Amino acid sequence: MMSFISYLLNGLSLGSVYAIIALGYTMVYGIAKMLNFAHGDILMVGGYTAFIALNSMGLPIPVAVLVSMAVCTLLGITIEKVAYKPLRQANSLSVLITAIGVSYLLQNLAQLIFSANPKSFSSFVPLKPVKLAGGQLTISGETIVTIVTCIIIVTGLVTFINKTKAGQAMLAVSEDKGAATLMGVDVNGTISMTFAIGSALAAIGGILLCSAYPTLTPTTGAMPGIKAFVAAVLGGIGSIPGAFIGGIILGVLENLAKAYISSKLSDAIVFSVLIIVLLVKPTGILGKKIMEKV
Amino acid sequence: MDKVNVEKQKIFRSNLITFGMVIAAYIVVEVMMKTGNITSLLKGLLVPLCIYSILAVSLNLVVGISGELSLGHAGFMCIGAFTSATWSMLMKSSSMPEGIRFFFAILIGAVSAAFFGFLIGIPVLRLKGDYLAIVTLAFGEIIKNLVNALYFGVDAKGPHFSLEDSMHLNMDGGTIIIKGAQGITGAPKNSNFTIGVILLLIALFIVLNLINSRTGRAIMAIRDNRIAAESVGLNITKYKLLAFTISAAIAGVGGVLYAHNLSSLQALPKNFGYNQSIMILVFVVMGGIGNIRGSVIAAVVLTLLPELLRGLSDYRMLIYAVVLIFMMLFTSAPAFMQYRERIMTALHGKNKGGKEMD
Amino acid sequence: MKKVLSVVLAGAMAASLVACGSSSTGTTNAASGDKAAETTAAAASGDSGAAASSDLKWKFGSQGPLTGGAAVYGTAVVNGAKIAIDEINENGGINGYQVELQTADDEHDQEKAVNAYNSLKDWGMQALIGPTTSAPTIAVGAEAVNDNLFMLTPSGSAVDCTNTANAYRVCFSDPAQGAKSAQYIGENKLATKVAILYDSSDVYSSGIYESFASEAQNYGIEIVDTEQFTADSKTDFSTQLQKMQASGAELAFLPFYYTEAALVLTQADTMGYKPIFFGVDGMDGILDVENFDTSLAEGLMLLTPFAADATDDATVNFVTKYKEAFGGTPIQFAADSYDAAYIIKAAIEAGNLTPDMSVDAIGAGIEEQMKTLKYDGITGSGMTWDEKGDVDKEPKAVVIKDGVYVSAE
Repeated sequence: MMSFISYLLNGLSLGSVYAIIALGYTMVYGIAKMLNFAHGDILMVGGYTAFIALNSMGLPIPVAVLVSMAVCTLLGITIEKVAYKPLRQANSLSVLITAIGVSYLLQNLAQLIFSANPKSFSSFVPLKPVKLAGGQLTISGETIVTIVTCIIIVTGLVTFINKTKAGQAMLAVSEDKGAATLMGVDVNGTISMTFAIGSALAAIGGILLCSAYPTLTPTTGAMPGIKAFVAAVLGGIGSIPGAFIGGIILGVLENLAKAYISSKLSDAIVFSVLIIVLLVKPTGILGKKIMEKV
Repeated sequence: MDKVNVEKQKIFRSNLITFGMVIAAYIVVEVMMKTGNITSLLKGLLVPLCIYSILAVSLNLVVGISGELSLGHAGFMCIGAFTSATWSMLMKSSSMPEGIRFFFAILIGAVSAAFFGFLIGIPVLRLKGDYLAIVTLAFGEIIKNLVNALYFGVDAKGPHFSLEDSMHLNMDGGTIIIKGAQGITGAPKNSNFTIGVILLLIALFIVLNLINSRTGRAIMAIRDNRIAAESVGLNITKYKLLAFTISAAIAGVGGVLYAHNLSSLQALPKNFGYNQSIMILVFVVMGGIGNIRGSVIAAVVLTLLPELLRGLSDYRMLIYAVVLIFMMLFTSAPAFMQYRERIMTALHGKNKGGKEMD
Repeated sequence: MKKVLSVVLAGAMAASLVACGSSSTGTTNAASGDKAAETTAAAASGDSGAAASSDLKWKFGSQGPLTGGAAVYGTAVVNGAKIAIDEINENGGINGYQVELQTADDEHDQEKAVNAYNSLKDWGMQALIGPTTSAPTIAVGAEAVNDNLFMLTPSGSAVDCTNTANAYRVCFSDPAQGAKSAQYIGENKLATKVAILYDSSDVYSSGIYESFASEAQNYGIEIVDTEQFTADSKTDFSTQLQKMQASGAELAFLPFYYTEAALVLTQADTMGYKPIFFGVDGMDGILDVENFDTSLAEGLMLLTPFAADATDDATVNFVTKYKEAFGGTPIQFAADSYDAAYIIKAAIEAGNLTPDMSVDAIGAGIEEQMKTLKYDGITGSGMTWDEKGDVDKEPKAVVIKDGVYVSAE
């Protein structure tokens, strides 16, 4: 029983990281209707920035987090302006390709600057592991912080979207760009803001990912990025609570599959579950049914 | 009636250009090879160029003609590669002539990939857009994961399978053909440029004919307006499944060529992972969605590009990424397109009307 | 519009074909430019001995993944070769001829590896120090055997890497490592209950695992738990580690690279799991991961032919030069590659070969010498090669104490 709980906690920790990254995916998709394949690499940039800020420049942890968020936000906005915005009227697949180009670009830039050698990330979480049930159960500080951060972010985002004018503008743009423009919503500004928020979240995701799993390489973001994308779709892409649920389910599933079925085939198992869920609920767990227009 | 004929002629001419282009390229390269004017690098790239062209044509059938986004084509390629290589390894010591063995290898690769395409197509094609994309991506990753875990050997008692390790095969002598992550080593090198070009021409023939047939028009009608197509009595599932299965079969053939071109076959993230599927999609999008000829050209250009950039050493992939972004902006961004249109009009002196069919 | 696009792309293709055709001449020009410079330099320095033959050079290639997820290994191989070639050139070259080194990126992919090999061949390569990883080595071996071009892979460890007559290696083969690890653990009675964690999507890791598992019984080792991870899920090891902990194993066998091991050790520490950790040669490098808390590796044992903090002159010299040139401590890949360059040099000198010979003749000459060659390098002393091309050398067992390697005996 204790081992089950501890597998579950591992899953929750990993799932929360997926969820935070998935939030960025889902927000950008909701607004711009594009799969931002470079999102995982923005996360990697966030990781490196935080690493430098903390270890090379010796900044205090909260400042390092802010620096990392600022760099990623700027990066996200720049990428949107240069590589995505010119293609907004083009076929949605075109943007997918430039996103892939940006992803290659960031990975290779990172390799040129930081080399391919892995760096061991110092944890941003100063908490000691908590021991429960007479030491049978250990919960790391990273797990606690990741889960709490994730919940705070999801609640914050939902409130932001429902209660503020900017949030409502985002909702409007995601529903109908044309109508939003007519109603006086600054569509370009709203899209930029979405990218900014998504990228800032990627920075947090990167820091938490690297704190819990402390190796940093230029390809650190690639696989978690894809998994988070899967999580976003699983939960229903475009839905913020969906991304949260999708991420948690994916993380827990991955760890339980490793624990009870096969650590070798855990990827196959996770992806099979994804396929089954989508077959039963074609728009994801919390996805909205899109009415077909005749 | 006249208009239909003109249209038909136009299509015929366009197809002829596509075939002519491939054949011309083939002749030029053959002449270069005969006269010894070819670098080893280019010579080594000939089969891969055919492979990626075939894959791009195959994916364009799904993305361009059927209007579905598939991110799992590397999975079909993987199936074609491993089934055909297993066949070739089994038959390697038999008396079967090499040509016939390879012919069957191609058939086996195509049929098994088609089978999987059909199998996952049935449930999956009900999904739309990005959901279909993610399910196909998941499928590709499952295939890669399973192949990496698969051990297969044959001894006197027959075939043995295991998902654990080679000890679990309980082999009594015999040979192990698929060794998990180590894959298949020593598949015969049967692929060559001529066979590659022939297979590419066959793939083009199948796809172009399909597009211009009644079936093809039905598939495109479904793409353009599903509800309208349904209302005139088209069987949506049947047509979508047909396109998907044919596409999978062609991708499988690409895999057969791949497996018989190199002596080590392993399912790495690079060759059979989602990265490869995305790369094929890049060919399709860059060449023009629905434009079969464009797919071939884009596959060739984008496969050659990173090799030609080798001189840049450390900056190679960086420049490649930049070129990719700019090519996409240049070909698809409205602002760039208007600019290009103006130059073209100025050059031609007239504005060509009407939408072209390729 | 599409037609316009087609025309543009077709033009690009034509241009690229032309570029392809002319690229070889481009390289030759550049190379001859180099030669001219070299001649002047030689003349200026008044080096009389090699001056007569200074326009002729050895052309060695080296390849490995220089971009992507496996870049750290390919970069190490290429860098190790660079150091060796620079040294060789400073000391008068091989048989009086200077050596030129050209490197190529193979992205850890079979197909790209063959492309990389072909591009080196176009440049005029006469011997190859590489490829770095197993799958590319097998694929390139099958191509290079047609030219009988001698290739010495520093680190391609799968059995099939040396299948062709022209392919040799510096590192151990995977089964040899697995068997030797089992033998060491058994004979030194380190543990009877062993848990294994390995990368099931990796040739190196699964190869070692297989031979370890099949040899374990012979040495009275019971494998109580086997856990895997794959290239696609190697961030979170906590569940695997927990199962290993629950299995009651006294020793955890970790046959994979230090890049993942740094992560595994950190996670094991967080959950308070402290068995004997036992690694293989890929573990070397763990102490030099930037910012890694080396106390986590305390007590880690590994069998490795190379230890960067060995105190013999050869190793110290190599490590110092590597640090100067590239920053950071060299990993075993770099050391293997450094040795590979010197092994080729030794074979060429023994066979009295010259760079004006054909690639085939050079290949045949080196292969002939490899049969009898005995070489002392930084990754092993008294290295000899069998007919297949596999090396015979002894691994050293080291244990990490106070952040440095100490001999385990």
